Amino acid sequence: MLEIRWHSRAGQGAVTGAKGLADVVSTTGKEVQAFAFYGSAKRGAAMTAYNRVDDKPIMNHEKFMSPDYVFVIDPALVYTTDVTINDKESTVYIITTHMSTDELVASQPKLAGKKVFTVDCIKIAQETIGRAIPNTPMLGAFMKISKMYDIEFFKENMKRILGKLPQKIIDANMLAIQRAYDEVK
Amino acid sequence: MAFDKMELRDIEVWDGNFAAAQALRQCQIDVVAAYPITPSTPIVEGYAKFLADGYVEGEFVMVESEHAAMSGCIGAAAAGGRVATATSSQGLALMSETLYQASGMRLPIVLNLVNRALAAPLNVNGDHSDMYMVRDSGWIQFDAYNPQEAYDLNFIAFKVAEDHDVRLPAIVNQDGFMTSHTAQGVKTLTDDAAYNFVGEFKPMNDMLDLDHPVTHGVQTEEDWHFEHKARQHRDLMVTVMPKIQAAFDEFEKLSGRKYNIVEEYDMDDADVAVVCMGTSVETAREVATEMRAQGIKAGVVGIRVLRPFPFMEIAEALKDVKAIAALDRSSPNGAAGMLFNEIAGALFNTDTKALLSGYVYGLGGRDLTKAHLRDLYKELQANADAGKVTTQLQQFIGVRGPKLAFL
Repeated sequence: MLEIRWHSRAGQGAVTGAKGLADVVSTTGKEVQAFAFYGSAKRGAAMTAYNRVDDKPIMNHEKFMSPDYVFVIDPALVYTTDVTINDKESTVYIITTHMSTDELVASQPKLAGKKVFTVDCIKIAQETIGRAIPNTPMLGAFMKISKMYDIEFFKENMKRILGKLPQKIIDANMLAIQRAYDEVK
Repeated sequence: MAFDKMELRDIEVWDGNFAAAQALRQCQIDVVAAYPITPSTPIVEGYAKFLADGYVEGEFVMVESEHAAMSGCIGAAAAGGRVATATSSQGLALMSETLYQASGMRLPIVLNLVNRALAAPLNVNGDHSDMYMVRDSGWIQFDAYNPQEAYDLNFIAFKVAEDHDVRLPAIVNQDGFMTSHTAQGVKTLTDDAAYNFVGEFKPMNDMLDLDHPVTHGVQTEEDWHFEHKARQHRDLMVTVMPKIQAAFDEFEKLSGRKYNIVEEYDMDDADVAVVCMGTSVETAREVATEMRAQGIKAGVVGIRVLRPFPFMEIAEALKDVKAIAALDRSSPNGAAGMLFNEIAGALFNTDTKALLSGYVYGLGGRDLTKAHLRDLYKELQANADAGKVTTQLQQFIGVRGPKLAFL
């Protein structure tokens, strides 16, 4: 079982990202689950979304998760929420920030000693898609760190999932995914 | 046909709401009258989009309340159409008067009920308060534990409800957010296979059959009211279960997916059993398997059909068990809990003298964790070892503050 927790703000696309990832993974024959905590959260409110991936049917519906990966797609959430809650020693963090990994960990001591990777998904999204929608670049970074799938395979599948959007937006998302894949460290 | 078919992949990643919306499209619903409410909104939204995009030949009726939504469904069903809607929580509460009208008039409407807590305090998350509230309304009630089942049970609901020997409305329950907004792999049916399973709608006593005028919703008073209600109850007690079983059997032939009136998991030699509904059934199954590795013979009984209540089937499933936990995701507000009471009733006149304890959990979407369930199974084993219930009969799982226990 692979478990992922997303930290996002409502409106930044964490739910779409989690469902998109689930869709890609499902095409490879694995079982998937993607969900989120919404409540009555309004745009901009901190929220979490989740992925589970397994080789056998996923029967666990508890909301509690001790994640293998933590994705943070809004830079400020590292300071305003506890992104390390319920983690384990092996948990890998991929965090959106304009800082280097060392600068980030220095600014948030809770991340000290943890496996932290950084990438500026916000900037990448602004420069490619034209809006601060950091969900697809985060998945590009995840492909690099997890080596889950070949990036070309992943992009081909994401093209199908984004299929209803205008071609220009799809192309921009592919650029964003590739840039985050190349730039995450 | 005047509508387009949709090419689906064998496995689509859908949440429970979209799965239900796709099922409504494939059943080719004639009329959906709806007043959308969280968390069920995407079901009727989905149907409306399929309609606008030419994938359904039907009508979406926008109304001013849930009371009007069900009233519209009743009118359309009495006229002679295949009719569905969806709601949750306060919406169902406002609908409740008309639910009795629909069942009393024997109109085979299908209602997707995305289970959500009832205010006050206001809460949009999943619990079974709304499901429990209308359990005596004369509707058949199915319960889905995941998006796949929310999809499948819609076809089964139409098949059973529209059968001319049944002619009763049916509710398909799914857990708000935990199923409705959780995307999982859903094995699809082709449009043709799905439609052929439910079949062409065959009207009965339809008001638009002008050659055979009928009256619906008449006044009967003391002379006939009781006979109508008794007949309805008789059909629920006698006719409906075999029809559900037949629909389950036929669906298994079509899809390979097997449904049972009571879903037993590892019950053959179980000493301790948890009885519950919704997503909790699946989480409990996972924990039961873990407990067996630790030497506790754990099983799970899931309620698939809440109405008619599977009185005999429950007694059979639990007959060799030593300790049972009845899990109610709804506040009984001054009683022992619906499942506790129903199970007690089902077992009382049998030779089964299992130890029965009740638990209230998960109100307003509060998480039921695997850790909770591990503790629960250990408590049941302690009861079985002691030969008596070692706690009070009613406890709470996952509520903060001083421990609450009653009875």
